[in-house]
Amino acid sequence: MRFWFFFFSLLVPAFLSLPVQAQTSQIQDVMLENGLKVLLLENHKSPSVTFQVWYRVGSRNEEDGKSGLSHFLEHMMFKGTPKVGPEEYSRIVAKNGGRSNAFTSTDHTVYFATMSREKIGIAVDLEADRMANALLDGSYFEPEKKVIMEERRLRTEDSPVSSLAEVTAAVAYTVHSYRRPVVGWMQDVENLTREDLRRHYQTYYAPNNAFIVVAGDFSTQEILARIKTAFGKIPRGPVAPKVKIEEPPQSGERRVILKKEAELPFLLIYYHVPNLHSPDSFALDLLTVVLAGGRSSRLYQDLVYKRQIARSVDSDYDGLSVDPSVFSVTAQVMPEKDPLEVERAIYDLLERVKSEPVGERELEKAKNQVEASFVFGQDSIFGQAMRIGQYESVAGWRLLDSYLAGIRKVTAADILKVAKQYLDTDRRTVGTLIPIKEKKQ
Amino acid sequence: MKKLILVFLSWTLLASAPPVLEARLTPKRSVLENGMVLLTSEERALPMITLNLLIKAGSRYDPQGREGLANLAARLLTYGTRSRTALQISEELDFIGAGLSTGCSEDLATVSLTLLKKDLDAGLNLLADVLTASVFPPEEIDRQKKSVIASIRARDEEPGAIAQTKFLEALFPGSPYGRPVEGTEGAVERMERAELVEFHGRFYRPNRAILAVVGDVSHQEITERLAKVFQSWDRGGAAEEPVPSASPGPANSIRIQKNLTQANIIIGHEGVPRSHPDYYAIQVMDYILGGGGFSSRLMDSVRNERGLAYSVYSMFDAGKYVGTFQVTMQTKNESADEAIRIAIEEIRRIREQRVGEEELQAAKDYLIGSFPLRFDTNRRLAGFFAQVEFFELGLDYPDRYPEMIRKVSREDVLSAAKRYLQPEKLIVVVVANQEKTGIKK
Repeated sequence: MRFWFFFFSLLVPAFLSLPVQAQTSQIQDVMLENGLKVLLLENHKSPSVTFQVWYRVGSRNEEDGKSGLSHFLEHMMFKGTPKVGPEEYSRIVAKNGGRSNAFTSTDHTVYFATMSREKIGIAVDLEADRMANALLDGSYFEPEKKVIMEERRLRTEDSPVSSLAEVTAAVAYTVHSYRRPVVGWMQDVENLTREDLRRHYQTYYAPNNAFIVVAGDFSTQEILARIKTAFGKIPRGPVAPKVKIEEPPQSGERRVILKKEAELPFLLIYYHVPNLHSPDSFALDLLTVVLAGGRSSRLYQDLVYKRQIARSVDSDYDGLSVDPSVFSVTAQVMPEKDPLEVERAIYDLLERVKSEPVGERELEKAKNQVEASFVFGQDSIFGQAMRIGQYESVAGWRLLDSYLAGIRKVTAADILKVAKQYLDTDRRTVGTLIPIKEKKQ
Repeated sequence: MKKLILVFLSWTLLASAPPVLEARLTPKRSVLENGMVLLTSEERALPMITLNLLIKAGSRYDPQGREGLANLAARLLTYGTRSRTALQISEELDFIGAGLSTGCSEDLATVSLTLLKKDLDAGLNLLADVLTASVFPPEEIDRQKKSVIASIRARDEEPGAIAQTKFLEALFPGSPYGRPVEGTEGAVERMERAELVEFHGRFYRPNRAILAVVGDVSHQEITERLAKVFQSWDRGGAAEEPVPSASPGPANSIRIQKNLTQANIIIGHEGVPRSHPDYYAIQVMDYILGGGGFSSRLMDSVRNERGLAYSVYSMFDAGKYVGTFQVTMQTKNESADEAIRIAIEEIRRIREQRVGEEELQAAKDYLIGSFPLRFDTNRRLAGFFAQVEFFELGLDYPDRYPEMIRKVSREDVLSAAKRYLQPEKLIVVVVANQEKTGIKK
């Protein structure tokens, strides 16, 4: 689900601290003959290992009328192979003291298990088996479709803010597949067939369209041998079709209003920006911190603290996406306050970052925050593996190394430049949730 | 004094005898002069430190008619002290990229701090300042009152939160364990500064606190620093308050009308406190019933077989003094009745027939095998240590845990189900579009 992106980009925006920098250079990068890349990072701080298989397919690869296909396939991957019964995967991992799950985003589908060093080989074998032999059909297809429709109801239909995010993305993008929700439109999910799943699986689930990330308490030699034995025999698949859609430049603000039963209005402002391939990405990262990083940040101080017109504010830069994405500013409006007033207050502050450079201490503060949160992010083995995977899927994990230097180099002038260039009224999409009260029945 | 000697003994044993099974999960413990219990574990892999403080200042100490006082006091800790304004606190924290947050539950208030090792002194000064020198400035009280009221309103757009509130209200009527920690809008509005100051002076005392510290620091080093910064923090003289009564309400069926696509359902009754001798048998039984994620019976019958829900689970949530049992699920309005019926059937089934040998073994294998892996970050370790202390489980708890699970038999599971699952006492809460559920009153 897309929320993973927001979560992780907040958690680990950058690389600054010297003592920790060494971590990335310890990553081992091994390519198997069938095109499956394996990234390994030994870290013995706790007795667990995270094993993740990343397929380079997500809602980005879907077509109109087939939205939700990647996510549906993710669910059906748990329905067994000729060797492993339906839902057995999770049971086997759990019986061996491990935890497992999977998620789908716009850009990838990821399966993961966290187990002890002694047991992790079990997950390796199970993942290799379902990369090649998933059954996908049987009597579980129809019930699982219903499960996914329940998931959509839970996460989107009955959640006012998620509904707003969905409809705002559908307007911010006109051509690019990022306009479709990862879970899929309800009607599309209903119409998906076994044949759709089968084709999607055959097209995208192959060693040369995937990579593995392993992090934690393991021996590289041992686990690599196990991975080679389990995955090495899976034949290379056909080259997956490239997505060649570019979102045309936006010229003119777009506005969306969602009226829904809710308690507090919500505001979502998107600006089109490049992803981390662009040298501007470092300054965009720091800009989010200046705007909304902590209680001393500009948006928080003004909207939440001084004027008390917002209950919460946030800013996020989604640079870790395969195609160019958005820079967002969001706010939950206080009771009885006007969302338009909040919107105007946000623009006033954005105008300031577009017209005058941030102060020296403010810039240093933002860099310190990014540095600290980077170190904190490494506390979790799972988080480390996630970051490596995201970088790999967008631009190659090696970019992590240059990130440190990139952030360090950012000047107040750089932030001024990106603010001017990207926070452009004509490239903005604004979504507003207007709460309505339920009609008495 | 007796406890201290025991603790000391266990350290020496640790140092000389063969390493205990779970040395990583066994902190060093001492009691500071002012009565605060300190638990530490050195984790040197990263230059960071996590501090987790629990203090007996939760909402159960709210005076009658003053519901929400404890929560408001906890929120206000970081909004002004004798030497720092709210903004100065935020600026200092953000400049070092540290995270300081406060929280409140029925029994406890919590303060947690995560920072880089190099900022330890600055962080400890801030921590001591907010705990011992909060001044509750009138303008900050006003702000936080509005903010709490907004968050009470925001809860009203989360169907799951509404169901939870209604369930606890019906389960523990008139008890602090049956009302929201945040209190009611009216009570919050009426709160006065003098009450906050009095509450803080009375309950924020070191002899009511447990502090767990995990990270790049030794027990001795942190002890010395704490002694310095908490020099002026004195023991409180207040006698231990009696535990508030919480006599369970009768079986009940509660319907809340909301224009939703899904029915949000909670089915449950009273559980057991954490110190209950049958706690471990209950945990094994609950894992099989619905606590075991994809390995559980509820997941199988509600989700996998019938596609009725995306999320369904059961839980025995054991607090220090009271506990709850609940099954939580969401299903489209139209199938609410069916989902409730199936969940209750599963509750009956596990009370009537012994669980299978394999099923039992799988549950035990997971609970024992996953135990050491559950605490794989500094934050989780710190949280675990503080909980073990609060629940008085003993420093050897991690070593005893496997045995307590291992010895649970099929008969134990059956008798736990018979005694602690009580279909005739179920409180059923359904937040839904009631017309569509077709549930008969």
